Order: sequence, then structure tokens, then C-alpha cells
Amino acid sequence: MSYIIKGDTGEWEVVIGLEVHAQVISKAKLFSGASADFGAEPNMQVSFIDAGMPGMLPVINAHCVQQAVRTGLGLKAKINKRSIFARKNYFYADMPQGYQISQYDMPIVGEGILVLDMPDGSTRSIGIERLHLEQDAGKSVHDMHATKSFIDLNRSGVALMEIVSKPDLRSPEEAGLYLKKLRSILRYLGTCDGNMEEGSMRCDANVSVRPVGSTELRTRCEIKNVNSVRFVMQAIEHEAMRHVDVWESGGKIDQETRLYDSNKNETRAMRSKEMAHDYRYFPDPDLLPLEFDDAFIAGITSTLPELPDDKKARFMKDHGLSAYDAGVLVAEQENALYFEEAAQGVDAKLANNWVSTNLFGLLNARGIPITESPISAKNLGRLLQLISDNTLSSRMAKDVFETMAETGKDADAIVAEQGLKQITDTGAIDTAIDQIMAENADKVEQYRSGKVQLMGWFVGQVMKATQGKANPGVCSELLKKKLES
Amino acid sequence: MTNLTALTIATARDKLAKKEFTAVELTQAHLAAMDRHKHLNAFIAMTPDVAVARAKESDARLASGKSGALEGIPLGIKDLFCTEGVQTTAGSHILEGFVPPYESTVTQKLRDAGSVMLGKLNLDEFAMGSSNLTSFFGAVKSPWKAKTRSDDLVPGGSSGGSAAAVSGYLAMGATGTDTGGSIRQPASFCGIVGVKPTYGRCSRWGVVAFASSLDQPGPMTRTVRDAAIMLKVMCGHDPKDSTSAPMAVPDFEAVLGQGVKGLRIGIPKEYRPDGLNTEVAALWDCGIQWMKDAGATIVDISLPHTKTALPTYYIVAPAEASSNLARYDGVRFGQRVEGKSLDEMYSKTRAAGFGTEVKRRILIGTYVLSAGYYDAYYLKAQKVRALIARDFTEAFEKVDAILTPTAPTPAFGVNDPQDDPVAMYLNDVFTVPASLAGIPGASVPAGLNSDGLPLGLQVLTKRWDEETMFRVCQVLEDAAQFPFLKVTP
Repeated sequence: MSYIIKGDTGEWEVVIGLEVHAQVISKAKLFSGASADFGAEPNMQVSFIDAGMPGMLPVINAHCVQQAVRTGLGLKAKINKRSIFARKNYFYADMPQGYQISQYDMPIVGEGILVLDMPDGSTRSIGIERLHLEQDAGKSVHDMHATKSFIDLNRSGVALMEIVSKPDLRSPEEAGLYLKKLRSILRYLGTCDGNMEEGSMRCDANVSVRPVGSTELRTRCEIKNVNSVRFVMQAIEHEAMRHVDVWESGGKIDQETRLYDSNKNETRAMRSKEMAHDYRYFPDPDLLPLEFDDAFIAGITSTLPELPDDKKARFMKDHGLSAYDAGVLVAEQENALYFEEAAQGVDAKLANNWVSTNLFGLLNARGIPITESPISAKNLGRLLQLISDNTLSSRMAKDVFETMAETGKDADAIVAEQGLKQITDTGAIDTAIDQIMAENADKVEQYRSGKVQLMGWFVGQVMKATQGKANPGVCSELLKKKLES
Repeated sequence: MTNLTALTIATARDKLAKKEFTAVELTQAHLAAMDRHKHLNAFIAMTPDVAVARAKESDARLASGKSGALEGIPLGIKDLFCTEGVQTTAGSHILEGFVPPYESTVTQKLRDAGSVMLGKLNLDEFAMGSSNLTSFFGAVKSPWKAKTRSDDLVPGGSSGGSAAAVSGYLAMGATGTDTGGSIRQPASFCGIVGVKPTYGRCSRWGVVAFASSLDQPGPMTRTVRDAAIMLKVMCGHDPKDSTSAPMAVPDFEAVLGQGVKGLRIGIPKEYRPDGLNTEVAALWDCGIQWMKDAGATIVDISLPHTKTALPTYYIVAPAEASSNLARYDGVRFGQRVEGKSLDEMYSKTRAAGFGTEVKRRILIGTYVLSAGYYDAYYLKAQKVRALIARDFTEAFEKVDAILTPTAPTPAFGVNDPQDDPVAMYLNDVFTVPASLAGIPGASVPAGLNSDGLPLGLQVLTKRWDEETMFRVCQVLEDAAQFPFLKVTP
């Protein structure tokens, strides 16, 4: 599925690296005790430190350090037992200290790997360059007054993890898969809620193009702060096309920062390299180097959950699911947990069909998450058991499923209420068949003279006669015997 | 009841306990002295109401027998320490009118110990200076006068208001902060004791930052014992300052009187450059003799990277300052000059709010951190800093303390031409190395030059060994019999 842009002069491929800012799940901010909750009234969650008051000093929040290490472990990355906080200096009205405390040449997490699950069931490994901790800035609001801007410092000092990929991505689709997979891992780990709408996950995309077959890295542009997976993909697609047009018309791409306008689906230059800030990074003298030992890392390792890649492999091995099916199920931890509970004691493929098709269909139709599903995993599991032991035909099961979705009742109760027991008693089915054959001698004749497609019609008639309670397998077996005797 | 201001902290402490006078009386004596000596300009803000109220509280505690270590002792607070509800300016126009809603850890400790704040002391703007001439609130004049000239002298800096107030009997003690010599050099100029503790001994929380890796609060007093009493209250681990060390606080006062017998005192040859002021050199020799007389062994040592200390300091300190002072942007507190855009507001606010020396250091700091210059300046300076620290580490394998002059000259005139900033920076040539190494240092008044002006001697010890430093200081103090100023009515 290689992504090739066909230009006038030849074929081009796109080279993409992503920088994701993921807000750390933490009660308090990175260097102050203030609350990091989303949605408070403006400036209600601001400590003197967050406001950059004179003489105020940062103190590292140990929980945020644990969260960063946890994320690094989830990305199978090198954990740096010694890292340094550095100041990134620039002026902005919503950055009270006049610098952002970040990490520069010694981040807390080094190189790692993220595995993409491709639609064809194959996988592709994307390199992680680094992960570092940094504080968020506040928010400037420019549309509340004709001449003034308003500043909200609630977010000032909130802990972010900047996760930087290597330039290993080759298509907008891969970029989308990367973001979804990263979000999945972060949610499994409980280190970021991955909510792009609320801004707790934001993405900058570095994009360049090169002729297919070339290994050079041409000048890249950085598209800042794109806030949905779809927009990231669109922005990259647009930006790559723009590069090809520029190169092919004999022009040159300037290294610059660009903004994506999702309304117009275009990127616009924000500032050029010449206009770029000189951030004057240097180690923050208010903070000691961040140091921890192997025991600290081991303590975090021991609490890691089974992550999507491992879970997928296990689903394929233990349950015999295809890579694609397993990939869909493990993408969200809640889905995987639901599946595992529902699939207990029944055929996994049957369970997968019901979860991935019927249940996901229901949830999508209602626009609700699986955690709010009207049918609990336990109840669906019971329904699957009733199918497996032939109590219910799959048609009856679908009806029961609908009722479960409407009422939230369990399968046994519905079966009992509606008397929905499948007929496997051959005597009752025999009687029905005999009557149908007697009433439709012409069809019997046609069947016997070779029109075997009529079997379906006969089954239908038997089901009709038994109000759908006949076991279709038993039914066709008996029909065949009688029609061909 | 006369001359309450002439008492030492130690004596006043005992007399207050014996109810010979009240804390209110002691405070009012100082408030009266402050009033009489307004011309010194030692205070940016006097806080008589706060002082009397706290003195009354002290008297109540003294009466109930629940007094703290500094109960009823009137102190001046350098205006770099944030004080809750009391304007804190750092000597800068840009912070004029800023009233912090919080109290620095050090001043909180002093309050908790029962001391009485008399007011906020003048200083060089953002503690950048060695003369107190850079204060937006005007120069401080030293209470000392030379025999041969009648003009006003500088008290040194940056803790110039502190030094002038303590030497002029306006306060029994004062807080100072020392980044490259800002406690020790003014102590030397004004003939008082100034102690810069080990970096990390006192919390920096709530102290307006100049250069975070160097700034360290400390006491300024007229006697070594008083400094020991004050320091014990001021220091201790503070979880709010990540660079504050989780070290136990020794009873510094308890080591006084132990003498220096058997101690090895290092004399670094690099502190005697060609052309060193002869009277400074002579006083140093005198100090060496006092040490010998008291039973110490004198050891000639070398601190080979000494000459690199000043240029190193003038890269590291401005670099940190350029970043630390970025928050004074007119957005949230202090002065603001409106502009047509955010950038214009920044430029106008900072142009109007900062003085020349502060601007010079912000520019130097911005330059040395810039892309393409970082490695050549800041990174190299950090490497040299490590070498300077190593010099001391190696020296302290051979000696217990180091004795040097505090400053290369006595005080100079307020109106002397100051057209060469580098000449001014040379004031700190003997104090800066210890700052870069993070080791403790103290200046003790050791004598007067031929013109009648104070000269100090500096005692340095290894990290966390203030106790040895105090022992040496007291022997110097005893031997020097320093002729303090007379208390003037």
C-alpha cells in the first residue's frame, strides 16, 4: 500500500515524522501542586509558580516522572536514568515564566518502537526518537474583546509528554495509524487520555517529499498543532502535494513552521527559519538532574498492563483470530476486555463476529462507548452459549440480542419470557415436514427431478411452521433425508 | 535605656529574657535611629507599623516564656526577599508597587523565631552590582567616612542597604543575599560580619532570583556570634526549593570559642596578584599572624583556576539572569508601559523598567546562550566552573579553611566616576570563586586602612563546614578588636 504521488516529472514519496504532545494523566501539574483538571473556570487552577511570580521555584511531581517512564516502557524505549530539565526561553503572554521548562539534550526516554497494524494484517515498525517531559503554556483568548487579549493560566504548568517519532512514516494513512496506535498504548497505560478534542493530545507533523527510490531527506516543513487524526492526515496530504508542486516547478521548499486550516484544507506559513525563535536552551538551575535507579523502573514495569501488541498476539494464538480481527479487538482496551469476558467458554470466532459486527454496530448506531453498552459482556457471553448449545438459532439469537439491547435484560430471561426455545426434537420437525411435503407435492416432484435449489424454500416453510424455532441444521438434514428417499 | 541600638543580638537576647527592656522599646530605638539616618537611604521602605505590632507580639511571648531564638530582635530585610503584604521591589522600577501575597521561606523562619522586621533594605537592582549605585531607589551611603575626604562612600553591594543599616546601628542584623560576593563585599566595606553559607543551606524560595545556581541568602551582623545565631534560624531544608539540601542544621553558636588550634589554614597564592592594594595585603598578613598566634598551621596553597573565576562568573550569572528576568514582562504584576502590540508592550515595559546594569547583563546573558555561541561561552564556562570547584576540593584535602582578603580595595566614593563596568566587576574578584564552587564564605571586619576605612578578611571552608568557618571567624574577630563606629545620637 505504498503511497505515491504521481507528479509531472516522476513519482514522489512522502517522508513524515510526528511530534505528539500528550498531556500526562495526573492530579497535579508538573512543577506545582495546582490541580491539572480540565474545564475549571479561567485562572482558578493557578499557583504562584504557574503564574511566574517572583521568587517562586519549581518542584518536580514524582507521579509525572513515573507516568513518563511508564509510557517509555510501553513504547519499548530506553529509559534514561539521568535526565536534565532545560529552559526553553521565549516571550509570550500566556507563558508567565518567560521560558518553558522542558528537556533538551538529555530526555527522560530515548529510542523506542511503535508497531503499526496495517489494514492487510501486516505490521510495520516505526521508530520513536525520544520522549521528554515539559510544561504546557496557558491559553490566550483573543476574541473576547476588541483590543485586549485574555489570558487563562489554568493549563500553565500542566505536564506534557512530547513523543517524537523518527521520520519513518510514508503516507497520511500511516500517520493516522500511528496516532491511533499511540493513543491506544497511552490509554492502555493510563498515562494520557488521548482526547484530541480537549487538547490533551496534540500533533505537529514534519513533512517532506523525495523522488521514489531516493534516500535523501529534503527540506521539511512543520505543521503545528493539528487537533484530530483526520486533520493530521489531510494536512499531510495537502502539504506533500504542495511540496511536489514546488519542487516540480523548479522552486525550493523553505524550512518553516506552517498552520493547517481545516476549513480551507490548506497549510499557511506561520514563521520562516529566519524568523524562528532562538530558544537559548540551558539546564534549569532551579532543578536538579532527574535521577532514579533500576528498582524505580522495575517497580513501574511490574505494574504494566498487557499492551495491545501482546494482547493481539495472544488473541491470534489462543483464540485463533486473524491478525485483522485481533487488531480491531485490541485497539481499545475496553473492547478487548469485553471480548475476553464474552468469549469465555464459546468459540472465539463466533464471539468475535458478535462483538465486532453486532455489538459494535449497535454502539456505533447509538454513538455510545462500550463502557455504556446496554448489553454487558456477561450477558452477551450467555447469549453466545445459548447459540453454541443449540438452544437458539442464530436468527432467534439476533432477536434476543435486539431485545437485550432494548431492555438490558439477560438472554435467559428473554428466552423464558418469549418461549424462544429452538426445536431440536426431530418428531416435531418430522411432522411439520410431512405436512409441508403433502401440501406441496408439485414442489417435491420438482426437487426430486433435479431442482435442488428448492431446499431453501422447504427450510423456510418448516421454519415458518415452527415460528422459527426449528434448528435449521436439524431441519435441512431431515428434509434432505425425506426428499431424497 | 540609651544606646539600645549598640547591643549585639546575643546581648539583647539575654537582656530581653531578663526583662531589662521590652521588645517594643528595642524596636522603637531602632525606628528612631532609622528616622535619624534617612539620609543613608538604607531602606527602600520602612515598616514601623509592622515592626511595632510584631514587637508587641514578642513582648507577649517573652512574658509567657514562649520566646523564639530571635524573639524581639529588630532586623532589616533585603528587598529581594518577598514579604507578605509588604512591597518587594528588588531595587527595580519594574517591580515598584509589587506586593507579594507570600512570604519567603527565610523571612518566614525569621518571623517564626520572633524577630521584628524594621523594613525593606535597599540593594543594587536585582542584586546586580557591587556599590548599591544601580538601585532604582537611589544610592545607599555608607555610614563610614574617610579621613581624607568628606564625600559619601558606597556601602558596597549588592546588599548595600543591609551593610549600611547594620554598621550604622539602624538594625541589629539584616538578611543579605550573595551571588558573587553581595554579602561579603559590602560587609568588608562597612566593617561588619557577612556570611554566605554553602549553596543549598538556605532556601531560595521567595527570594527574587538573580542567578539561581549561585544565589544564597545569609546573615549580616556586627559580630560573628550574631551571625551564627541568625544563620541557624535562616537555614534548613525546604521542600519548596529543589536545590535546598536535606541537611541537619548545626548549632553554629556552639562551636564559638573552640579556637583554631591545630587547624590548617590555607593561603592561596593566586589571591596576591601583582599590584594588590598594599594595605589589603598587609592586613591579610596580619590575619595570617593571628592564625599562627592562635595555634593554627599556615599552609601555602594554590587555586590555579582563580583567574578564570571572574570571566566565568560573568557568563554564568548573566545567562541565568537573562532567563530569570524574563518574567518581568508587564503582563501580570509590576510596571507596564502599554504598546500597540504585545511585543511593543514588552519592549517599552522592559526598557522603562530595567536600569542600565540590568539591561547590560540581560544582553550578555542572552548573547552567551544564543545558538552558535552557547558552546563557546556558556558550556565552556560550566566546564571551567567545575575546575574552579575542583581547585577547592583538592585544597581542602590539605587545609581546613582558607584565608584571603574579602575585597581588593576599601569602599570608594558614591560620586567616583563609574564609567567602566569591568572595573566594577573586579570588586568581586576574591569572592566569586567560592560562589562558583558553592562553598561557604564569610567576611570578618579585620581592620582599617590608613584612611580609616574598614577592610575585611574572608574565610572559606568546604561545603557544609560552616562550623569551622565560624571558629576561624571568631578568632579573627577576637584578634582584630575592630574599631566599630560609635553610635551617633
